[in-house]
Amino acid sequence: MGEAIVITSGKGGVGKTTTTANIGTALALMEKKVCLIDTDIGLRNLDVVMGLENRIIYDIIDVIEGRCKLKQALIKDKRFDYLSLLPAAQTSDKSASTIESMKKIITELKQEFDYIIIDCPAGIEQGFQNAVAGADKAIVVTTPEKSSVRDADRIIGLLEKKDMDPPSLIINRIRNHMMKNGDMLDIDEIVHILSIDLIGIVIDDDEVIKASNNGEPIALNPNTRVSISYRNIARRILGETVPLQSLEDEKGMFYKVKKFFGMRS
Amino acid sequence: MQENKQLITIKGTRDGLTLFIDDSCSFEDVFIELNGKLTENHSKKDEPTVHVTVKLGNRYLTAEQAARLRELIGKENRFRVQSIESNVVPRDKALSWMEDSEVKPINRIIRSGQVLDVKGDLLLIGDVNPGGKVVSTGNIYIMGSLRGIAHAGVNGDRDAVIAASYMKPSQLRIADYISRAPDYESDGVYMECGLIDEKQDKIVIDRLQVLSHKRKDLNGFERRINNG
Repeated sequence: MGEAIVITSGKGGVGKTTTTANIGTALALMEKKVCLIDTDIGLRNLDVVMGLENRIIYDIIDVIEGRCKLKQALIKDKRFDYLSLLPAAQTSDKSASTIESMKKIITELKQEFDYIIIDCPAGIEQGFQNAVAGADKAIVVTTPEKSSVRDADRIIGLLEKKDMDPPSLIINRIRNHMMKNGDMLDIDEIVHILSIDLIGIVIDDDEVIKASNNGEPIALNPNTRVSISYRNIARRILGETVPLQSLEDEKGMFYKVKKFFGMRS
Repeated sequence: MQENKQLITIKGTRDGLTLFIDDSCSFEDVFIELNGKLTENHSKKDEPTVHVTVKLGNRYLTAEQAARLRELIGKENRFRVQSIESNVVPRDKALSWMEDSEVKPINRIIRSGQVLDVKGDLLLIGDVNPGGKVVSTGNIYIMGSLRGIAHAGVNGDRDAVIAASYMKPSQLRIADYISRAPDYESDGVYMECGLIDEKQDKIVIDRLQVLSHKRKDLNGFERRINNG
């Protein structure tokens, strides 16, 4: 029996889809069977970020409306077998799915997969309600900005009313120099305000944008700090205790060695 | 039997008359006797109005009965009922008094978009996040950070106070007063309270220690009962 985790944030543009793609990829790299579900119906992105856009034949609305079987709509990842994607529909809107139909799909997927990662749409309306309906756990993504933290707070409030474990937090798009200068909220402050468990921090890196444009989740590339961050998050989801490294240490041993020899500024 | 017993005793005091009404007879008997008493003692026209305090003992009057009593006494403009006092309080009113003066401990975080509304004093063990709001009819004590809105004395109690372990509210409201955080970024304060300052006619934030002399009756149960 698998576990369904919804990735949500309230605010748009904080990196829900990127986080979903990379956590899914990182879990699959650890040989867990993972299914990604895009519930952002009408504005699907997850397939693009995963580079699977061209392979879509059926989508989640086709499954809900009975035009195909669930198995037919699942797209196997082109890189490894452990990862599948259930894409959103681009032609319908969010009212096309219901809480019951989502629960049904997720229950069915849980039989087959170890982890079901649900990419939630922005906002707190029906789309959000559908996305969180079948989830056992939630991960809230925020950036170190006031507006994003405010929305995350609202979302956590809504999630607390649901019948699920307390959500965990990912702080995304951290710019270390701005945090040091005090131009960004620092991690302790965010965790203090939201008062939920921090499951990972991810720095802001150009590589992320590059990777998602290429349809290759950055978690596949082991040489970047961001990739390590996502892999650490995946390990924490699996129950491992991975210390939350300071932003400097996050660069990894290899970087330190290079720096020592003056190979990078 | 009741005929030979006085149902109503009238006493004159400096402030006017006090009517002691026997509490073991029926209200109708009282009404009849009072009517008789009032008509027999017809006094001169140009006397000033006399204030009357009615003491009911262990009798409870319904709103309708009280209104009839007031009307009867005030009928000829000679008397004016100042108050009707009774030793008896109906159960539901007593319960609502109790609710109004109780301290309600609540252990949760008030997040953005959430509103916590309580009767009486609120003791919140947890934070009020930005965008969150706590409202109470009495005082608000927060063991945690107040970063959102707190509204104390929502029914008009201007003596209500708001105290928090850490204060950085976006707004403080007490009764009909509102104050907001300054537009510039400022640090919060630890262990302080907000209360209405009569002289400045606005909400001020001060150290918790000032409460002991500015709000002496903070621990008094009877304060809000007397205020109604």
